[in-house]
Amino acid sequence: MPRRGGPPEVNAGSMADIAFLLLIFFLVTTTIETDSGLDRMLPPIEPPEEDVVIKQKNIFTVNINKNGQLLAEEELIDLKDLREAAMAFLDNGGDGTCNYCKGRKNPESSDNPTKAIISLKNDRETKYATYITVQNELVGAYNELRNRESNRLYGVDFTEMEAEYLNPETDQAIRDELKEKVERIQGLFPQKLSEAETSTSN
Amino acid sequence: MIRFKARSSASLPPVSTASLPDIVFMLLFFFMTVTTIQEKDLKVLNQLPDATEIKKLEKKDRLIYIHIGPPEQQYRSVYGTEPQIQLDDSFARVSDIGPYVLQKREALPAELRSLVTVVLKVDEKAGMGLINDVKQELRKVNALKINYATIEKAAQGD
Repeated sequence: MPRRGGPPEVNAGSMADIAFLLLIFFLVTTTIETDSGLDRMLPPIEPPEEDVVIKQKNIFTVNINKNGQLLAEEELIDLKDLREAAMAFLDNGGDGTCNYCKGRKNPESSDNPTKAIISLKNDRETKYATYITVQNELVGAYNELRNRESNRLYGVDFTEMEAEYLNPETDQAIRDELKEKVERIQGLFPQKLSEAETSTSN
Repeated sequence: MIRFKARSSASLPPVSTASLPDIVFMLLFFFMTVTTIQEKDLKVLNQLPDATEIKKLEKKDRLIYIHIGPPEQQYRSVYGTEPQIQLDDSFARVSDIGPYVLQKREALPAELRSLVTVVLKVDEKAGMGLINDVKQELRKVNALKINYATIEKAAQGD
């Protein structure tokens, strides 16, 4: 007996539910990946044309040996004390030209934050994880000092200001305004973190 | 009152949900195409170290990636267990890094070439000796902006 009215219609009412399930699955698994890390500048391979004379007292040497032990200024130091030691060195202001420094003004330590250099040296056997932790502490020392100055001058954290400045979604007008502030703070405590493995001359 | 009520209910037809599956499917296809399970086929273990003072890498068009770490299990018989360098999809030697970076940089538009950042994705168990060699190679080709890729760690409670 022939069927009347053609084949029965398939019920598509649950289609939306199935699609929603899939949608939620992909929503959850999607990660719009943003990488993050520590920015560093390598020194150029050609030596500078004129010899730059750096006083020994303006260099803060950090040595990491193959067991992950730290030597800061020829003294064994714990990782947790490193940030404070680096901050004390940067913030010292030994020659009195730095009017925003709050350090001890020890003449045996760095003259001025703009002259202070942190030199990081490591053994070939040093673990990468240790190296990064030390780098992190040193960058942290700079960031803490910059935050302090930024809070004094503008009432905001430097790290927040910089993140907003680097964010491509920030308005151009706000970016221009931030640029000046960010560069001023960076000028107060320039990040001079040397990782050249060549020996320093005195 | 009664008449008004009756008329209003009659003039409000139910909202048609027939187009709902289409809308949902559109969203579904969008997310399906956007989802990437993993950008590259990693042949090395890549457990990144963690750090707190990190910066996000917002502009992806100027990044060159170098992966370093111990080879995955199935490559150990050939490459051993010592950390190896992976460029794109293959293992490489330290001397390959210079040409690789130059070639990648050449492929970029001219205005970006000076802004190139090399992202070092290094396994935390790798030794600094290899990293130093890599850094030397990068200095030789004048790729001086580098970034040590790390995972963000929650701020230490001190």
